[in-house]
Amino acid sequence: MARALINAPAAARAGEVIEIRTLITHPMETGFRPGADGKTLARDIISRFTCQYNGEVVFSAELFSAIAANPFIAFHTVATKSGVLLCTWQGDNGFMESASVPITVLG
Amino acid sequence: MAGRNPLHRTHPPRPLRALLRGAALAIGCASAAQAADLAAPSDQRRSGAEFMSASTRAMQRDDSLNPGMLWVKDGEALWQAVPEVRLQGGGAVTDTTGRQSCAACHGDASRRMRGVAARYPAFDDASQRPLTLAGRINQCRQKHQQSQPWRAESAELLAMESYIAFQSRAVPITPPADTRLQPYQERGRQRYLQQLGQLDLSCAQCHDQRAGLRLGSSLIPQAHPGGYPVYRLEWQGVGSLERRLRNCMSGVRAESFAFGSVELVELQLYLAERARGMPLEAPGVRP
Repeated sequence: MARALINAPAAARAGEVIEIRTLITHPMETGFRPGADGKTLARDIISRFTCQYNGEVVFSAELFSAIAANPFIAFHTVATKSGVLLCTWQGDNGFMESASVPITVLG
Repeated sequence: MAGRNPLHRTHPPRPLRALLRGAALAIGCASAAQAADLAAPSDQRRSGAEFMSASTRAMQRDDSLNPGMLWVKDGEALWQAVPEVRLQGGGAVTDTTGRQSCAACHGDASRRMRGVAARYPAFDDASQRPLTLAGRINQCRQKHQQSQPWRAESAELLAMESYIAFQSRAVPITPPADTRLQPYQERGRQRYLQQLGQLDLSCAQCHDQRAGLRLGSSLIPQAHPGGYPVYRLEWQGVGSLERRLRNCMSGVRAESFAFGSVELVELQLYLAERARGMPLEAPGVRP
């Protein structure tokens, strides 16, 4: 099922600062909580987030335990050329999810 | 119904209010504060959203911040998908012959499903009892998609429910005028007033008599169902109104009614009647 949402302006002027907002479904299990059987639940978190703008990394973040489930990450970048914003989330148990949105830069 | 509604007990009936307003104007001695009070809308019902902090309200208002939209998005994919059937052994069968997606019958959800969620729970002819929206979705899966019902509170059911409820955003809650619903709704009202559990509390004692006050550190809302299914920060996920009701029941240390039980449907019918005319705001965000 669809797991990630990216909100970014579809069009921007060259040089304009744009905000990109991302949401992803993920349990972000901390690795410290006991389960129903009393045993500690294994850690299952997203550990890295990257956003590439036409192949160039414009923002990346490391995530740790104690970040809430379904992490929301918002950041800014400068619109330069028309192209694609590609976001990638990587984490425990081989978790890997990516989503992209096109952006049109005018002028 | 309105006369028996405990929520309406605190203020005078409409004609009397109009008379009072007229009298105040005629005497011309109403202070500015009184005048403002009289000009305020007579409806004192408030959505749970108005009891939240500004940041949580902003989270609900903006779809790019609202995590409930992830479930709506999932529901959209399920709406278009032909349902698979899982075998008892656990293996997924991708044979979809003779099955159809929701979209194949209902078409464009944004047009055809608008206002649908605002009418539930509704009476179902086939089973001769009221059904919630989730109950209707599962009935449709069995009857028209030759598929298994989704488990209560499963990701798929919540996604589909969120997607359908989302189509009715801002539509006023309009419980159907079906006389067959009356006895269920009346039992729901009695259950709302009935004291339950080791703490011996009724829904009304908190949500009518003490709404706006605090229970521990949290504000007590008026218990209107318009935002459901909601993304609850405490749950770190989306949950149904039934989950919320069961949550309250375990809170007063009562035995919770089962998911899909007629008792919970009756309560939901009463809550819908009580919130008649208030806009749906799904997917809501709650603390």
